Amino acid sequence: MENEQSFSDICGGRLALQRRYYSPSCREFCLSSPRLSLRSLTVVTSTVWLAAYGLFTVCENSVVLSAAIFITLLGLLGYLHFVKIDQETLLIIDSLGIQMTSSYASGKESTTFIEMDKVKDVIINEAIYMKVIYYLCILLKDPVEPHEISQVVPVFQSAKPRLDCLIEVYRSCQEILAHQKAPSTSPQAHQKAPSTSPSIQKASIVSRGK
Amino acid sequence: MVLKAFFPTCCAAADSGLLVGRWVPEQSSAVVLAVVHFPFIPSQVKEFLAQVQQTSQVGVAVLGTWCHRRQEPEDNLGHFLEGLSAIFSHEPWLQLCREKGSTFWSCKATRWQGSTSPGAPSEDQVMIVFYDQRKVLLSQLHPPAILPDQETGDAAAGAVGLAAVFHTVARSEVLFRSDRFDEGPVRLSHWQSDGVEASILVELAKWASGPICLLLASLLSLVSAVSACWLFKLWPLPFIWSKLSTCEQLRYRLEQLTLIFSPQKAENPSQRMRKANMCVSVLLDVALGLTLLSWLHGKGRIEQLADALVPVADRVAEELQHLLQWLMGAPAGLKMNRALDQVLGRFFLYHIHLWISYIHLMSPFIERIVWHVGLSACLGLTVSLSILSDIIALLTFHIYCFYVYGARLYCLKICGLSSLWRLFRGKKWNVLRQRVDSCSYDLDQLFIGTLLFTILVFLLPTTALYYLVFTLLRLLVITVQGLIHLLVDLINSLPLYALGLRLCRPYRLAAGVKFRVLEQEAGRPLRLLMQINPLSYGRVVHTYRLPRYGCHPTHSWGSLCRKLFFGELIYPWRQREDKQD
Repeated sequence: MENEQSFSDICGGRLALQRRYYSPSCREFCLSSPRLSLRSLTVVTSTVWLAAYGLFTVCENSVVLSAAIFITLLGLLGYLHFVKIDQETLLIIDSLGIQMTSSYASGKESTTFIEMDKVKDVIINEAIYMKVIYYLCILLKDPVEPHEISQVVPVFQSAKPRLDCLIEVYRSCQEILAHQKAPSTSPQAHQKAPSTSPSIQKASIVSRGK
Repeated sequence: MVLKAFFPTCCAAADSGLLVGRWVPEQSSAVVLAVVHFPFIPSQVKEFLAQVQQTSQVGVAVLGTWCHRRQEPEDNLGHFLEGLSAIFSHEPWLQLCREKGSTFWSCKATRWQGSTSPGAPSEDQVMIVFYDQRKVLLSQLHPPAILPDQETGDAAAGAVGLAAVFHTVARSEVLFRSDRFDEGPVRLSHWQSDGVEASILVELAKWASGPICLLLASLLSLVSAVSACWLFKLWPLPFIWSKLSTCEQLRYRLEQLTLIFSPQKAENPSQRMRKANMCVSVLLDVALGLTLLSWLHGKGRIEQLADALVPVADRVAEELQHLLQWLMGAPAGLKMNRALDQVLGRFFLYHIHLWISYIHLMSPFIERIVWHVGLSACLGLTVSLSILSDIIALLTFHIYCFYVYGARLYCLKICGLSSLWRLFRGKKWNVLRQRVDSCSYDLDQLFIGTLLFTILVFLLPTTALYYLVFTLLRLLVITVQGLIHLLVDLINSLPLYALGLRLCRPYRLAAGVKFRVLEQEAGRPLRLLMQINPLSYGRVVHTYRLPRYGCHPTHSWGSLCRKLFFGELIYPWRQREDKQD
């Protein structure tokens, strides 16, 4: 089952959330950011080349011009390959784990997989950065002390969706994680009803500016 | 929990048969290692599996049946397969089935024990995860999962999570040794069933490495015995050896070569990787050195170099003389104390004159020396670079001497000034209590102290200027030497074999796994593809970096500035033993 909806990120840009429900135990959420716009590319290129031309008129050395072209090309390639993230995907598979993939504009994909044994919970956390923003994160268990949290892994760091989008993803993830917390084989196990309103943890963490 | 069936991609086209593998109850996952084809005798299969279990310490068992319907649906085969669950009992019993012309599979896992209604089996939800057996066998997880000691029956039990899958496949190598051309009792299908993978070059190298290692190890032990001879321990030779970076580099290389050619086999993968990295690093070093050698010996470059050396030394001395003349005048408009200025300037000028005479004395032998030093490049580029660094140190020895004189003078002056300043204020340094205490001085003590203090204060600019100039020169030389050492360190410690492996065979160095969801159909079990997520280049370098021989700065910037201010001598490129002045 596939579903596409459009949301906005914290700066007001458009985001597209694509939901795929492969099976009752496997769901995928794909957030796509807008692509590199021709306007910003043209602006940056023309600024660099105008500056280079200005330098050339001052020092009369054509190396400046070729250097400017070289720098622009390398800079663009580097930006597309290392900086510009086009799509972020969250794949959650019951009893296997959670996988986060970031696809860059050049086609490079960087994947992280966290096994279900290490996942304690998926929550929406609050951060104070110039204004209050919300981010979805995965809490990892401490290997030594199972009730302690050893690490907080934020999700959708580059897309930065707003709370409405996060609530959708959170609800879906909690439905799958509920299978972990209350296994269905033991009929007398206490079934914890998945909460309909997300538990927003008020942690005043001053984020680093990401 | 959802039952996960790890199925090798090589068996997806195999004929119908029995599924053989390991069941991990903690994660409710079945790792299928191979498929046993018809015809087989159940007792022989059980015997074979018991043998494999004993050799590999992995709990291999029959997990279920595999049905690949190539022709029209064969009902008798289906019934026959269902009957097998009675012979090879396993909880839960897997039944994988693949239709002809369909990419979708059907899968059933039945449990007889623990079901809610007795007499009828309960079915679990199944998820099929495909994995590439060869890649999983050859890959190594980072960080490595801790294994328990080998006495426990199931050695792979200690690994948790997906590392258990990797361990199971890695430990079951004995199962993969039989291919379809063998005339054994059991016919298996796995990644090597079309023929065991081997390379004739690797086999030849393994066979030849034994005697070669012994020979080279004995040669190297001879060399180390000679170098440990008592003749080299006579003073002042050990002092000179410790100051020269060439000796350090040679010693380091000798250690590395001894380790590479030692006749013992490497126990664990990290030692193997270290040996391989060292070997590739030494080979690259020697290759670069030979390139340098061929470049040097062609087109008469040695003569050019030797001819250029003495004029360069002359030029440096001339520039120093100009600098001293400038300092003896009115440098940057500052007014110096004429008498002290003249004394210091003349002293340093005479020193330079001595140095120049020494260089001129050596000039006929320079070409021979350079030629022999150039030969050392065949030992490796790092050795040539260390020799270059030592030559720079020797040629700028006078700058080092000037720095020491200037620093000592300045240090004395600062000590005197601080102590007399305390006297001026009526205080004293209490050595017992390590603090400043007030003290009542006599009038004549105060008088002489203040006089000396005034003299030192007015002489301070001159000394400080000389100290500043020579410290800057010394820092320049140290920077040049430092850059050379950095390059040597880079060549020494870069794990080139690991980087090459990451480039060409990325599945060998695994940081983890990644999953891809394959084509789905409602009502069918979920199908995933498990691929290996390779380690990033930064982490490869960090994990496999070779140890350096400790020639890196031991000061922080703050302590360096403090030492410079108080006139203490700095030795940033010395080994840790001789840090004392």
